[in-house]
Amino acid sequence: MTVLPYLVAGWIFLIGVYGLVTSRDLIHAVGCLAVTQSSTYVLLLAVGYRNGGTAPVFADAPTDSRVVDPVVQALTLTDIVVGATVTALLLALVVQLRKRHGTVDPDALSELKG
Amino acid sequence: MSSRVRLWVFLVGAAGFAALFAAACFDLPAFGTVPHPYGARAVHAALSHHTANVIASVNFDLRAFDTLGEETILFSAVIGTVVLLRQARDEHRKDPEPATVHPPVRRFALLTLPFALLLGLYVIAHGQISPGGGFQGGVVTATALHLLYIAADYRALERVRPLTLYEIGEAAGEAAYVINGLAAVLAGSAFLANVLPFGTIATLSSGGTAMVLNAAVGLEVTSGIVVLLARFLDQAVEIEEPGEDDGSPRDTGDSGGNGDDEREPA
Amino acid sequence: MDTARLLPLVVAVPLLGAAVLVATGRRLPRLVSDIVGCAFAAATAAMALLVLFRAGHPGPGTYPVEWVGGWRRVGIVLVGDPLGAGLAALVSLLVVAVLVYSWRYFEEPPRRHTGSFPALVLVFQAGMCGFALTGDLFNAFVFFELMGAVAYALTGFRVEEPKPLQGALAFGVVNSLGAYVTLLGITLLYARTGELGFAQIGRRLDAEGPDGLVLAAFVLVTTGLLVKAAAVPFHFWLPDAHAVAPTPVCMLLSGVMVELGVYGVARVYWTVFSGPGGLSHPDFTRALLVLGVLTALLGAVMCWQQRHLKRLLAFSTVAHTGLFLIGVAVLTPEGMSGTALYVLGHAGVKAALFACAGVLLDRYATVDEHELFGRARELPAVGVLFALGGLGLCGLPPFGSGLGKAAAEEAAGHTAGWLPALYVLVSAVTGGAVLRAGLRIFAGVGRRPRDEEEGGPETTGEEEPETGGRLVRIPVPLLAVPAALLAASLALGVIPAVGSAVGRAGALFTDTGGYRRTVLDGHTAAAPAHLPPHWQLTGILLGLLSTALAITLATLAVRRPVHTGTAALLAPVRRLQSGHIGDYVAWLIAGTALLTVLTVPGVR
Repeated sequence: MTVLPYLVAGWIFLIGVYGLVTSRDLIHAVGCLAVTQSSTYVLLLAVGYRNGGTAPVFADAPTDSRVVDPVVQALTLTDIVVGATVTALLLALVVQLRKRHGTVDPDALSELKG
Repeated sequence: MSSRVRLWVFLVGAAGFAALFAAACFDLPAFGTVPHPYGARAVHAALSHHTANVIASVNFDLRAFDTLGEETILFSAVIGTVVLLRQARDEHRKDPEPATVHPPVRRFALLTLPFALLLGLYVIAHGQISPGGGFQGGVVTATALHLLYIAADYRALERVRPLTLYEIGEAAGEAAYVINGLAAVLAGSAFLANVLPFGTIATLSSGGTAMVLNAAVGLEVTSGIVVLLARFLDQAVEIEEPGEDDGSPRDTGDSGGNGDDEREPA
Repeated sequence: MDTARLLPLVVAVPLLGAAVLVATGRRLPRLVSDIVGCAFAAATAAMALLVLFRAGHPGPGTYPVEWVGGWRRVGIVLVGDPLGAGLAALVSLLVVAVLVYSWRYFEEPPRRHTGSFPALVLVFQAGMCGFALTGDLFNAFVFFELMGAVAYALTGFRVEEPKPLQGALAFGVVNSLGAYVTLLGITLLYARTGELGFAQIGRRLDAEGPDGLVLAAFVLVTTGLLVKAAAVPFHFWLPDAHAVAPTPVCMLLSGVMVELGVYGVARVYWTVFSGPGGLSHPDFTRALLVLGVLTALLGAVMCWQQRHLKRLLAFSTVAHTGLFLIGVAVLTPEGMSGTALYVLGHAGVKAALFACAGVLLDRYATVDEHELFGRARELPAVGVLFALGGLGLCGLPPFGSGLGKAAAEEAAGHTAGWLPALYVLVSAVTGGAVLRAGLRIFAGVGRRPRDEEEGGPETTGEEEPETGGRLVRIPVPLLAVPAALLAASLALGVIPAVGSAVGRAGALFTDTGGYRRTVLDGHTAAAPAHLPPHWQLTGILLGLLSTALAITLATLAVRRPVHTGTAALLAPVRRLQSGHIGDYVAWLIAGTALLTVLTVPGVR
């Protein structure tokens, strides 16, 4: 099936969001956010794939060889860096939240309502 | 909302999302068949600038402005973490305990450390010819240093990790990227234009400014990750939570070069 | 130097400033690092204004377009069209104001890291300017994430308090998720067109007909932007984050960052999707109008019910964003230029109001309307500024917000006759809520509100001051900055040149063909025919009407006890704002489905 790789991306996204919605632990929630983000890697790389293409590195390949799309790979790299750093920031927030509230259960956080 | 209602809201939304996304997938070009015009232009452009690794060329030449933003996200996340994981007013520090390490673990970590370090630097240096580059190599280099934490203990790590230096290194990496771009403007070109000689393809000195930008990113990522990990490790090892008050506060002597502590004045 | 060359520098210079501050921050005394931060922000503002003036001079002419790195059609393009450049200038000026305001503000930056607050603000500035100027979809995502990442850190800046952490986390999770949804949409567009520039994608889309893929791409890309714009039902993070962030940060978040989300929706639609291969105009109008009306109404209702002053202002931002979305939804140059002026005027007013709330917080250690009852009689100057801000929020002529509101509501009236009434109602309720709080806090008018009748969940306003201790004397910047912001907002409505410049900006912004030709072919784009925002009798009367309505509402509210009946009626609406991250995420996905349903008739 030629659409399967694309559908997998959608599936990964939705299970990540499901995890976020049902999470009882903020660290787990931040992990789920990283899962949703991986759907973007999968979709980007799937979109850039070409049958029979090699990596777009011409160090020892002839310059006319068929390669997969280098742009999406660069975009994925950017995306990964973005995701990793945002995850670090969110985890830093969770660390402090644990200290101030004594809990990482989103159900127990009730400072902001209404 | 109760967790039931929440789940229902999600399920309805997810059904809509799934239908939308599936419809899009069936309208997409079949997997692996269609070349993209931008990808083709990028390959052409990379080869015209003698950069063998087209991905590095996209990152550090064609779309170097994206990478500036990306590098800055890391940069600001590190400042943000420094700010968020600072020692709060009601917390204090204690000295990390010396730890005993199993000799085999110690030997293994000490043996791998130099190789990991070398590998990281190699990956940074060869960014324009082989897969890898400043981001990937920077992460390897930074984590290699932390093998010392496994081999010995936190105090040993602190000794080889003068955070002041790494923070300056991080800022220097960021500044170097911007200054490189500004230099091109002063030379009469566009911001971040590749104004250096391109060199011979597939050699270490190929790619012109792509090589320089790659190095700047390598410096920034290495230093940034060290600072970032230091903040999290400090939380785990050194900083005591309010109320967890059993040790005496660490004295204010500037021990071990870890000169960033926000210690309470004596 | 060529003006176009300046475009990337508007992003690069604040980044250089941030790097300098981080490298030297531990050595510099507080004063020096503040001065360095202000200097870099001001230099950026000067460049953004220069771009704006070169791009904005009337008559036929083109606006600056710069391909970064000289990679024509291969790299990233920055476009200094008057609207984008104007937003960059607004961002930069507001950043300068914020840095001056926080001059002696924070108690103490993290020890040995004196430079980190101004450094983060400078990066924030760079991210917002980059987002306003870029002509590339993926680059827009990068800057979107950049301003997001900085904003999460800035929101949680006061780690000693529990509320900011919770608000920052909700902000971070919801906005990051929105950004990833946008990236999925960007990827779909790349798969279809093989391009990343707005103009290139748009041209390629127009070569084929619209289908499910285009619709999905539109919905996904727009979702992330609407999360940033805090449109219902993506808005839940905003009040939680804006109520607890440090006051100077609130000024930036409410003043411009949220509006940049609206700008992103408009920019992407006009450049990418407005052609025959995209989403038809009626479908876009329907979708955005529904969301805009819901946002405006919900924001106004929630705003009226708050007693936490910063939360009240945050909900008024939600309400006004709804009005901005309506202005964009009508898809006319007049709606666009009216909304642009409304955003400018609103930014000054809203930032000034937050600045006043910050003064209260630092003097009384609370921003609770009930707690503060009558206590601020001793601060008449702040009271006057606060009241002026409330009137500006109502759209009182001749405030810039008033002129913008008048122009936007007239443009909206051409689409649906009842929309001007909504503009009047929403600005009256939000302005009235501010005036009510002002009357109670600064004048002690009416009865002291009692807390007993409390039934529903509520966030009260007790917080630690952001300065070292409670302020005894109010430092000059804390008063001068809101005064200057209000004066600027007033000037926008009075100087006729502003109206004509904004009118031209709106016309150029909505000229899709002109944009694509300017960016890709280097043709000069003349502004199409348009009617710049100007004072008209109806607009003035409606502005006066909403002001009168607001004053009436405020007076009634302080004179008479709370209607428990209406409060009970609205309690379910209030309960939706639960502070639970899982809820917010569920609503985000449901919102994506809602947006799909609203636009799905567009597929043939």
